[in-house]
Amino acid sequence: MSTRRIRVLIGKPGLDGHDRGAKIVATALRDAGMEVVYTGLHQTPEMIAEVAVQEDVDVVGLSILSGAHLSLFPRVRKELLARDMGHVVLTGGGIIPAEDVASLEQQGYAKLFGPGTRTEDIATWIQAEMQRRWSDEGAAR
Amino acid sequence: MTKQAKRGPVSSTSSADPRALWEAELAAARLRGAEFSTVSQSPLQALYGPAEAPLDYERDLGYPGQFPFTRGVHPTMYRGRLWTMRQFAGFGSAQQTNERFKYLLGLGQTGLSTAFDFPTLMGYDSDHAFAEGEVGQVGVAISSLEDMQRLMDGIPMAEVSTSMTINGPAPILLAFYIACGERQGVDPRELRGTVQNDILKEFQAQHAWLVPPIPALRMITDVMGYCAERVPQWNTISISGYHIREAGSTAAQELAFTLANGMEYVRRGVAAGLNVDDFAPRLSFFFDSHIDFFEEIAKFRAARRIWARKLRDEFGAKDPRSWMVRFHTQTAGVTLTAQQPENNIVRTAFEALAAVLGGTQSLHTNSMDETYALPTEKAVKIALRTQQLIAEETEVANVIDPLAGSYFVEAETSRLEQEALATFAEIERRGGVVACIDSGWIQKEIHRSAVLYQRAVELRRKKIVGVNCYEEPDGDATPLELHRIDASVETDQRARLADLRRRRDGARARRELEAIRAACRSRENLLARFVAAAHADCTLGEIADVLRQEFGIYKEPKIL
Amino acid sequence: MHAPTAESLAERLLRADRAALARLISWAENGDARFSAALDRVYSRVGRAARTGFTGPPGAGKSTLVNEVAKAYRGRGATVGVLAVDPSSPFSGGALLGDRIRMEERTLDPGVFIRSMASRESHGGVAQATVDACDVMDAFGLAEILIETVGVGQAEYDVVAVADTVVVVLCPGAGDGIQAMKAGLLEVADVLVVNKSDLPGADRLARDLDEAVHVRFGREQAFPVPVVSLCASSGEGVAELLEAVDGHRAWLAARDLPAARLAKRAERVRKTVDAEVSLALWGRRGWGAFVAAELAAGLAPHRVARELGRRVSETLPPAPGAPESNFRGERA
Ligand SMILES: Nc1nc2c(ncn2[C@@H]2O[C@H](COP(=O)(O)OP(=O)(O)O)[C@@H](O)[C@H]2O)c(=O)[nH]1
Ligand SMILES: [Mg+2]
Repeated sequence: MSTRRIRVLIGKPGLDGHDRGAKIVATALRDAGMEVVYTGLHQTPEMIAEVAVQEDVDVVGLSILSGAHLSLFPRVRKELLARDMGHVVLTGGGIIPAEDVASLEQQGYAKLFGPGTRTEDIATWIQAEMQRRWSDEGAAR
Repeated sequence: MTKQAKRGPVSSTSSADPRALWEAELAAARLRGAEFSTVSQSPLQALYGPAEAPLDYERDLGYPGQFPFTRGVHPTMYRGRLWTMRQFAGFGSAQQTNERFKYLLGLGQTGLSTAFDFPTLMGYDSDHAFAEGEVGQVGVAISSLEDMQRLMDGIPMAEVSTSMTINGPAPILLAFYIACGERQGVDPRELRGTVQNDILKEFQAQHAWLVPPIPALRMITDVMGYCAERVPQWNTISISGYHIREAGSTAAQELAFTLANGMEYVRRGVAAGLNVDDFAPRLSFFFDSHIDFFEEIAKFRAARRIWARKLRDEFGAKDPRSWMVRFHTQTAGVTLTAQQPENNIVRTAFEALAAVLGGTQSLHTNSMDETYALPTEKAVKIALRTQQLIAEETEVANVIDPLAGSYFVEAETSRLEQEALATFAEIERRGGVVACIDSGWIQKEIHRSAVLYQRAVELRRKKIVGVNCYEEPDGDATPLELHRIDASVETDQRARLADLRRRRDGARARRELEAIRAACRSRENLLARFVAAAHADCTLGEIADVLRQEFGIYKEPKIL
Repeated sequence: MHAPTAESLAERLLRADRAALARLISWAENGDARFSAALDRVYSRVGRAARTGFTGPPGAGKSTLVNEVAKAYRGRGATVGVLAVDPSSPFSGGALLGDRIRMEERTLDPGVFIRSMASRESHGGVAQATVDACDVMDAFGLAEILIETVGVGQAEYDVVAVADTVVVVLCPGAGDGIQAMKAGLLEVADVLVVNKSDLPGADRLARDLDEAVHVRFGREQAFPVPVVSLCASSGEGVAELLEAVDGHRAWLAARDLPAARLAKRAERVRKTVDAEVSLALWGRRGWGAFVAAELAAGLAPHRVARELGRRVSETLPPAPGAPESNFRGERA
């Protein structure tokens, strides 16, 4: 009997300590039935990618409010690819101007959520995304 | 007569007293579908009267400048002097921030307030691997005494008062400032300003720490001791509720945790052998002014009353200045929305007005564009003008504590006081503030409130214009001019540091760092050592590394 | 990594591919049909690792201690696997897994592999997936496997099923000795740790526990449970804990560790088969509906049970080599 649950890593890369949003999202995803790994503050891109490997997560969500998103988001992605983790759904949020969102979404981030997003919308989006991927995977098998 | 008769059955109970009559009418009426509570979700009555606000005037309110200071800390309040308009600023290089400082002073601002970037806040030099991409982003990068000199270039340090928002490495930055003054030829006795230096709330809410709580508290008592003797006009800690509130707490929690932290510093100072009246007058506070107008005003008034009673009656302070809560206020960053950003000007105006009616000593008003990036000059100007408008046009600064005696405001003031006292008891029961940080209890309480509020917003029980009501399609796509930090800030900073390390007397720098190491292991005052190290051009990161090696690094408890 | 097969994952596991290890643990957790085929292929390499369980009330310092113990084993040159179990929400089935926060220093050590697990449905589920996860970590070649569970409810019994040595972690204040005894925590301990020796009350707790473990009757054959005081946040006393664990291992080895392990494995087989049989019986084979109908028709539960029990056991095949007559004899 297979009971697969969506596993999500919520990461706080960089030095900023504003974790209100990250913790609210982590809690909301738990309440939506997901298993959420939270690694705490001040993570380097390398650490986040390494945890993603060990925890075999389906989704990596990053929260950045430090203005360093154009540096940190691509670095996390690079570290994930270096570990053959290209299949992970990348998402995130924080204080990110619209033009940067567009640029990051082109660089492999599936979706970035801005201030004021309902946590329910984040959960629903992840569920839909994973459903799509799992059914593709099932078809491939 | 006929008018009353038309009201039907309710008015037929003509023998009822007016209160019962009104209650019956209220109970029978159809009310709008809203939750009647404060933004902290504390329930509210429709009406407050003398029964809800039983006060002993002399005991609970008193007069401005007199115990228990409910009505304000100065006898004259804003008739004597307006609050200090102090806009928090800092970004990019020291030179860029220096220019912004001069711009603000030119607009009529009366004090400086420095924001540092994350590497500086965490005690890393701009050329550390952890700093990559973060240099100058949310504040100014200061890694050395020379950076501090560039920051203060052309600003008369004996005249201007400067606030530095930094905590973990606060003693090191203060050392840079003192040394910088000395290089400008200013005696430390003349320096005026504030260093936030409130490490307890870092562990609880903002998370920019350097070493674990116990050694961090020791450095704070070192700062209190050093300044009492040599920098007497300096405010050694700005005990901050702002970050606790922004992390999601309620108004009552902000009040309670902040004052509990303050009392912890007093206890530590006394335990370190200081006389309470030698350092307590230099403690100042920093609160958030959130969007709930009356709850905030009540919070400021309650803070003054609680602290005065605690300091006089429990800590035995004799100097009335030890009893006073002097505080800075910042309007609530979390209430700003990315949607319809011009609305933020209005929010900020209400919040600023609450701070003024609550008797603040200084005020920062947020700029409308801060949910996107650093504020632009235009946005900063509107924010400052908002304060000037309150001060000059509204005439609210003419009368002291004008809302005193309002049944509602007095009832809220007492409610917040009671909730704070209950929280103090709970903290005590759990072994004190440090034990509560260690177990994560305070962090959990704040997180719980944040989740409850988020839920209320998502269920539209709490409304945010432009976010969950009166939304506009593309409301958040309003193109605002963005203020970006150029990548050259980081490369230039690296080059300057490399150059400094080449130029300085390396042997002397190493000697000073070893002297700090020795001081860590003894009871020697660390701030004195940091000042000497600053003069030897030791960098922030080098000094912080010694502290991390000696005292260990801190890892937060699991609170989820 | 798309749709790997049991063969390919097993092969990658033996090549020390960490992602393969991670995915196999996911399969174990999810009850993926491919798991047992994969485990088959590597099972000859299972049995080399030492497995130590850490249990105790939340906040006692288990994660902090596991981090320090991992560091100490790394100092001895051993590789380390950590399994950290956190409870699943009974409401949503989701979980917040945050033990790694306290183990951050080990994140980038190539000789350490840390995995967080949610307890999911607690009845047997914890033990099952945890044992499977330990097996694949073992096959992967990790020498020391540390399992952290929450010391509430069923977890402490599960940890016994998984670990060779069980360390119960307590600290002064919140989880005092009396509470621990009431919770049955002392029963499962091979080693008792009093953590937070830097706090007041630690000495007292250590004395109380020492007394408690030495006045137990009927344990003459048992391992004399040592009480170790330590401070996980500074690492002080961790070396003594490792010695105590070594002591327990030596004691087990001098008796019969293999027998103890075999008994645990037999128990595991029984649990798995029980679960599978009962699932088939009540579901696919339709006995659930049958029982409901009989009861609705007014039959007494004990009669329905007796009847069904007889019919089911009659159809059970004898194990190879088991004397059939015995089975028939029992029924007579
Ligand atoms: N004073 C003190 N605190 C400790 C010690 N070990 C752990 N802690 C603290 O106890 C809290 C809970 O630790 P954690 O390892 O998460 O406990 P767990 O829930 O049992 O895994 C954390 O805040 C730790 O910092 C210790 O030796 N002394
Ligand atoms: Mg734990």
